[in-house]
Amino acid sequence: MIIIRHIIRFIILIALQVFILNKVQFSGYINPYLYILFIILLPFETPKWLLLILGFLLGLTVDFFVQTPGMHASASLFMAFIRPFVIASVSSKREYEQGIQPVIQDLGLNWFLTYASILTVAHHTLLFLIEAFHFNEFFITIGRVLISSIFTLLLIVITQYLFYKPKRNIVTGKI
Amino acid sequence: MRNIFLFIWKNYFFFLFLALQIFCFVLIINNNRFQKAAFLNSTNDFFRNIIQKVDNVYAYFSLADVNKKLAEENALLRSKTLEAYNIYGVKSFIINDTVYKHSFRYIDAKVINNSVNRRKNYITLNKGSRSGIRKDMGVIDSDGVVGIITDVSPNFAVAISVLNIDTKISTKFKNNNHMGSLSWKGTNYRTAKLEDIPLHVVFNLGDTIITSGYSSIFPEGVMVGCVKEFSYDPSESFYNIDVELSVDFNKLSYVYVVDNLMKTEKLLLENQNQNQN
Repeated sequence: MIIIRHIIRFIILIALQVFILNKVQFSGYINPYLYILFIILLPFETPKWLLLILGFLLGLTVDFFVQTPGMHASASLFMAFIRPFVIASVSSKREYEQGIQPVIQDLGLNWFLTYASILTVAHHTLLFLIEAFHFNEFFITIGRVLISSIFTLLLIVITQYLFYKPKRNIVTGKI
Repeated sequence: MRNIFLFIWKNYFFFLFLALQIFCFVLIINNNRFQKAAFLNSTNDFFRNIIQKVDNVYAYFSLADVNKKLAEENALLRSKTLEAYNIYGVKSFIINDTVYKHSFRYIDAKVINNSVNRRKNYITLNKGSRSGIRKDMGVIDSDGVVGIITDVSPNFAVAISVLNIDTKISTKFKNNNHMGSLSWKGTNYRTAKLEDIPLHVVFNLGDTIITSGYSSIFPEGVMVGCVKEFSYDPSESFYNIDVELSVDFNKLSYVYVVDNLMKTEKLLLENQNQNQN
């Protein structure tokens, strides 16, 4: 059941990204990439190798739509790679309790924002650097990374509040 | 060998990441010509860029000198171009209109300065009194009325453009001869207002407006424009008509100056008549 939910989320997020967010040009600088929410929301118990494979597949799927082979794959693979380290360093008391999900409702806004923003910035940095592919306009690229990251995070937090109801019982809570 | 496999197996997470990341980069480099080229240069580019940045800062200190040199060189080159020389060839021809007993002389000229974006626009021509151009001559081009000469020097002439809020041109409808005066309000350079057309006049959108010929500046029947829009206020006795000008003032280049050879005779007679009254 959980797996099906994740598959549905995978499809919805990619559709949202490719068919809506990529079409909306806020300005030249702002491109939110909401699809990385999929990796952010994977359960803590996900095996590490599966994490990598999923990150790679997610990026590759977006790549196929955007016609940029390898770019998104590389960025989201990198993001999946650092996720375990980020989780380990951003500690929380409830982190290793059973059935806890990496969502605002389970671990609080503070924890989630720290965790999600590190992953988002990492993903965006690599993505925009690969896109520019040189250091000539390094500060412009950094500016794009920061602005786009803020927008992505904003969208992530909004979707969290839209689709997750606050739970009374944290221990038995499931996605 | 066994130890290497063991090592890889222990750190499978990292090596899996590495393998997939390498695969990604192979994809990137193979599929994007821009990135392919950039990849080969990027290492050198990084250092080259730092050096160039430092160099750019130093370049600012010598900017004043460089500018001065360039300005001098520009002036020298400009004085050697063809435009620096005036061409005195005068081409003019006379039309003898036997019906109206008017004869007009047309002098061709080139527009060397023009504007459309001010409220008072003027046009400068490359011929002046030496070519026979005098004050108060009309200026037209193949599309229609352009302006009226206001100032003349031996080699240049300045004309007040139709696109000037002070210009008034005597016009009439081509199909019913009702007269009105055309003036520009200083906004859109493609449209002007036609005034003094009383409400009983019947006309349609797209009707042609031509010069009336009463002012003796322009010959009768030179195209001015056509009716683009009109409206009227019942409390007033005149139409409010927008005229789309036939001349595109933004791309004016060659024009004709109209010399009315009968003008002095006509004015003299008219003055005489006035004096008698």
